[in-house]
Amino acid sequence: MSTYWMIAGMFLVTYGVRAGLWLGDSHRFPDSIRRALDYVPIAVLSAIVAPAVLLQHGALVTSWNNPQLAGALVTGVIVWRWHRLLLGIGAGLAVFVVWRWLL
Amino acid sequence: MPKHELLAGFGAGARDTIPMLVGAAPFGLIFGTLAGPAGLSPWETLAMSLFVYGGASQFIAITLLAAGSGAWVIVATTFIVNLRHALYSATLWRHVTGWPRAYRAFCAFFLTDETFAIVYHKLNEGTPVKLPRYYLGSALAMYGNWITWTLAGVLLGHAIPGMADWGLEFAMVATFVGIVVPLLKGRSQLGAALAAGTVAVAADGLPYKLGLMLAALSGIAAGLTLERRR
Repeated sequence: MSTYWMIAGMFLVTYGVRAGLWLGDSHRFPDSIRRALDYVPIAVLSAIVAPAVLLQHGALVTSWNNPQLAGALVTGVIVWRWHRLLLGIGAGLAVFVVWRWLL
Repeated sequence: MPKHELLAGFGAGARDTIPMLVGAAPFGLIFGTLAGPAGLSPWETLAMSLFVYGGASQFIAITLLAAGSGAWVIVATTFIVNLRHALYSATLWRHVTGWPRAYRAFCAFFLTDETFAIVYHKLNEGTPVKLPRYYLGSALAMYGNWITWTLAGVLLGHAIPGMADWGLEFAMVATFVGIVVPLLKGRSQLGAALAAGTVAVAADGLPYKLGLMLAALSGIAAGLTLERRR
């Protein structure tokens, strides 16, 4: 049941953000918030990716002994260099799976 | 043919959205497949796509869920991640102000990155458009597509039960890496990413994944500080 409450909460905040300005009285957006919002995707995604890639059971692992790091680097380089998102994800995933299997 | 039939309407909105449908399909499929191993039942998975309808926030929610995060942290993160939609609604405001209030309330639910991009592009093009219908065409095409591919992913995950062990959870991490990298266009963006990543690793031990919020706020603060200094 608590999962449905969580989904209800996610619905409320998401719909509130989408509909608030269209239904409310204020239709302007403060410039400072506008600028801060530019950094939200970068900050949130980096905050999720860094521990997922660098930590194993709570300990920092930056050696070659880390399949997550290998896969993430491959994805990052492909997307950065060739701008191919799905190719980057696929190749990173493949490297991760093979790397883990080899260890 | 009466003149209003020449205006771009529902069908044109749906048609113009096709590239976005193709782009979103794999993500709907991956979401539907991975939600099960992350701890959502098939109905909960569908409910999330039906009611939340925000790809990035749904991906982040199941990632946090799998990591044992608390429901409040997930709701708060959803709010922060989806705040950008307020920018879209602000941008479109003067075009929708004439719509009936109930219709506006209905349409607002579907204001995703993709529908905003399509509608905004159409408005900038300057060709005649019946905006309420065009918007709804794009919105419902995108919504139907997202639900369909979520369902396909749920069924796929069900048909192949061992998928949780394949390391597909890494697909999410790889997706996030692929989304972040093109955003790192300058010093302040790079600083935001580094600050958020460093704080997230350092604060990983905090309960309920609160480190995530702390890290996200640090990243935003770092980005704004670097931007001001330039």
